[in-house]
Parts: sequence; C-alpha cells; structure tokens
Amino acid sequence: MTKTFRSSRTAILFIMPALLFIMFFVFLPIVLNLYNSLFRWNSFEAGRVFVGLEYYGRLFKDPIFFTALKNNSLYAVISLVFQVGLGLIIAAVLEDKLIRRFQPFFRTVFFIPSVISIAVVGLLWQLLYNPEVGLVNGVLKAIGQSEWALSWLGDSKTAIYAVVAVSQWQYTGYMTMLFLLAMQKIPFEYYEASMIDGASKIKTFIYITLPQMKEMILVGTVITVIGAFKVFDEVYVMTNGGPGHSTEVLGTMLYRAAFRNDEMGYASTIGTIIFVITLTLSLIQLKIGKSGQEA
Amino acid sequence: MINNNPVVKTNKINEIGTGSSTMSLKIKNRIFQSAVLLWFAIFSLIIIYPIIWLGLSGLKSNADFFLNTWSLPEEWLWGNYQAAWDAGIGQFFLNSVFITVSSVVSVLLLGSMAAYGLSRFQFKGQNILLVIILSGLMLAPQVSLIPLYKLLQAIGLYNTYWALILPYVAFQLPFAIFLMRSYFLSIPKELEESAIIDGCNIWQVYWHIIVPMGKPIIASCALLTAMNVWNEFMFALVFVEDSALRTIPVGLMNLRSQLNTNFGIQLAGLAISALPMIIAYIIFQKQFVRGLSAGSVKG
Repeated sequence: MTKTFRSSRTAILFIMPALLFIMFFVFLPIVLNLYNSLFRWNSFEAGRVFVGLEYYGRLFKDPIFFTALKNNSLYAVISLVFQVGLGLIIAAVLEDKLIRRFQPFFRTVFFIPSVISIAVVGLLWQLLYNPEVGLVNGVLKAIGQSEWALSWLGDSKTAIYAVVAVSQWQYTGYMTMLFLLAMQKIPFEYYEASMIDGASKIKTFIYITLPQMKEMILVGTVITVIGAFKVFDEVYVMTNGGPGHSTEVLGTMLYRAAFRNDEMGYASTIGTIIFVITLTLSLIQLKIGKSGQEA
Repeated sequence: MINNNPVVKTNKINEIGTGSSTMSLKIKNRIFQSAVLLWFAIFSLIIIYPIIWLGLSGLKSNADFFLNTWSLPEEWLWGNYQAAWDAGIGQFFLNSVFITVSSVVSVLLLGSMAAYGLSRFQFKGQNILLVIILSGLMLAPQVSLIPLYKLLQAIGLYNTYWALILPYVAFQLPFAIFLMRSYFLSIPKELEESAIIDGCNIWQVYWHIIVPMGKPIIASCALLTAMNVWNEFMFALVFVEDSALRTIPVGLMNLRSQLNTNFGIQLAGLAISALPMIIAYIIFQKQFVRGLSAGSVKG
C-alpha cells in the first residue's frame, strides 16, 4: 500500500461533503430545537422571551399531550400485533414448502401498499371510509352488517382505530418482506433436523424459526415502535387530529402548536419529547440489534 | 422360521403404517395448502382491490361514482386523468420529478464518496465519524421541523426547490452511506491495489473501480431514496408555501379542497401519484429487496 492510500486527509475529503450536510441539516436543528424550547416566540415577531422550562411544565399538564401519548402507544401496540405478529406468521407460511412456489406472487402483492406515499394512502382511505360512497361501508352492507356501517373517521370513538388500521393495511406486507429475507438466511440444516424428528409445522416454527429469528424480530419490534412515535402524515391527512383531538398524536400536536397556533416554543418542547422517545428506542435497537443491522 | 416371522410381521405393519400416514398427510397437506391459499387470496384482495378501485374510479363521472361504486366505469373517462393533470397535478408531478432526481443524484454522489472514505481508509477518528453519520438514521424528522423551517428562512432558501432538496439529501444520506459502506467493505482490496500500481490516483480508483463495482447497491440506494423523497409529506408541507412549487403528496391535499365534489378527478390525481412507484417496484423488485435486506430500516 502506498502512503497516499492510507492518507487520512484524502479520506476526510471524501467524507466531508456528506458530513457537512448531515451536521447542518440533521444535527444542528436538534440542538436548536432544544434551545428554542426555552423561549416564548413566534414566527412573525423578532423578539423572544426566555421562559426556561415553563413549557415543559405546561406540556405535562396538557390533557391533549396525554391523548397524543395514548394514541401513539395504541399505534405501537396494534402495529406490533399486525406488522410484527401477523407479519411473522405470514412470512413463515410463505416459506412453507407447500406454499413456497406461490411466494413470489403474494409477497409482491402484500408489499405494494408500502411503496405508495402515506399521504396518498391517507387520501384514498378517507374516500374508502366515506359513509356515503366508501367501499368499507359498502362491503359491510353487502355482507349484511349494515348496523356496523359507521362514519368511521367522523366518530371520536372509532377514528383512531380507523387511522391505525390504514397503517396496518399499508405496512404489514413490508414487515412480512423483512421477515422473509431474514428467514431465508436460516441454514437449511436446522429444518432438516426437525423434519427427521417428525416435528409438526407449528413446532418447527416455535422451536427453530423463532429462536433463529430472534434478532430480526427485536429489530422489527423497535422499528415498528419508533415508527409509531413518528406518525404524522396519515393522521394529518385523514383526520388532522380530530374529531375533538381524539386522534391527536405527538406529530400533529407539534404541527398544530407551531403552524396553527404559532406557539413555536411550545411546539419545540413537543419536538424535544419526540426526540427523547425516539432516541431512547433507537439506543435499545442498537444494543439488541447490532449484528442484525450489519447483516 | 419362528424368528423370521415377527420380522416379516413388523415389516408389514411398518409398510401399512407409513402408507396410511402418507395418505392422511397428503390430505392434510392439501387442506393446509387450500386453506392458506384461500386466506392469502382474501388478503391479496383486501390489499389490491382498493388500489384497483382507485384506478377505476378515476375513470368515472361523478354520477357514475356515486351510483355504481362497485362496477366498472359506465363510460371510461380517460379525460379525468387529463383534467387532473391540468388541474395542477401536472405541475406537482414535474416538481416531484425534479426534486426527486436532484436529491437522488446528490445522495448517490455524496453518499458513495463518504462510504468510500469510511470503508477503504484507516485513520484516527474514523469510528467517531461513522457513528455520527449513522446516528442520523435514528432521528425523527419532526424534531428538526421547526428549526429547519427557521434555518431555511434565515438562509433565504425557504419556499424554493432547495428548501426540499437540501434537507432530503441530508436525511437520506445516513441510510445510503450505511448501505453502500457495508457493500464496499466486501469489494476485494486487490483490485484497488493493482490500479494504484498502474498509476491511478485515489479519485480514479473511486470512479473507475469502486463505483462500477458498487453498481448493485447504488441501484438499490437510488430506488429507496427516490421512493422516500417522492412520497415525503411533512417537509414538503412546511418548507414550501407556493402552490407552484408543491410536490405531489401535498399538492393532492390542496386539490382535495379545490375539487371537493369531483371525486373522479381527485382519484385520478391519486392514481397518477401512486403509479410511478408501483411500476418502479414491480420492475426493479430485486434492487428494492436487496436494499431492504441490507438495512432493516423503515422510511
């Protein structure tokens, strides 16, 4: 190796442009956000007033904040059941030797919704949920359950579930694909052994597939939970937090505080909370999924 | 003789035993297969039907849409797609294309350079740089929303194409670098060494060896970046206010309030927005999947 090859100056030259971009547009804003949350300010006046941690105190007394936390958590739990739980089962079934030849078709179909913009999917489902013209109620009436035909997004009891359901529709196939890819890395010998033992499919799944997939399942779990706390687009598009704040999540709450109520300091406080939650979850992911990431 | 008999007997029993169990196994398998296929068929229908409905309803007149939600269009109004395009989708579409292409090219160039620097050199502080860049993967864009909004205003880029392109590049870079770096690490060092002996400088090595060798992962990065940028909504909503600069997802929101009652045209607009990514995915599935399996991160 020549000297230039190892030269750190050359390496830095290669890395610098990307690094500057990331520092300026990703990291600097986070620091600024923390700082911004200590002031009362709005976007059209120059002055700002230092308020210290006042907004943090206010946030923890704000009932909407707890609605949002509850909704984000609901998002996380339901997504875990469908995207991780059901996704895992679908992946295992698709890998079964009796089903495998149909796998390319199904996995392609199941994955399709996840390449569409969340906003577009939200607008589409808003029409599907429409009480007059939507397909959802059309199907319910067709199968003779017209008393179930509700104004799904218009009722504060059902709205959040209707919104969460759309995410399951969109992303279960995505998780299925991730699990399939991980399953295909499990050495065949493990399965051979269980076949010789005559283990049932379910036993093979529980005693061979699951333990081998442990890391991927943990990574998938954390990705899903982080995703649930980053939710914004679908809620904004379908309900904008309503009716009556019943579907509010941290993301829409931040947006409303900043760009509707023009309380930039308060909005920044919500930003800090999102930062703390997602960072904590990411650190957990790093800890448990180190080798899974390098796969 | 006496000793032989039991052996024959057990053989027979064994044969009968395996025979009947393969029979019942076959039936069991058939039932299992049919049940699963039925389940997956229903599933596929739930997933695909809304998308097909979207495309078909986009061809209907308003009356047709209200009266015959289920059936095929009475009259196939291809004009709806034209009308949606003219109502603003055309402009939004071109904005999205420009912003997506610019972002993807920048991400690939800056990302592959950084990945090269981080995979083929050994120097002090390398790991720290790597950790800094990769931790960009973890950050929720909401946290940066307000500071970026103010920052873009301060540097005079707010409400321009750059207000979207620059943050997109920055937010997509960590993942691209992560993917490309792991791939570059697997390219044999001998190639570079012999190129250097042949008198190539380091930039030529990067451009003539690493980039061509890395093509598969670069293609995956290009697709995933394009998909994320094309679909991005929140930054596009906040960093641009001029309707002439809007990208498709936000533009569709505007159109919803404008075309309140004309569902056919609205749905045509949605279809125009969704189609490029669906087509790209179906054509380049291999590249998509490679990117996903290399880095399990959800956009």
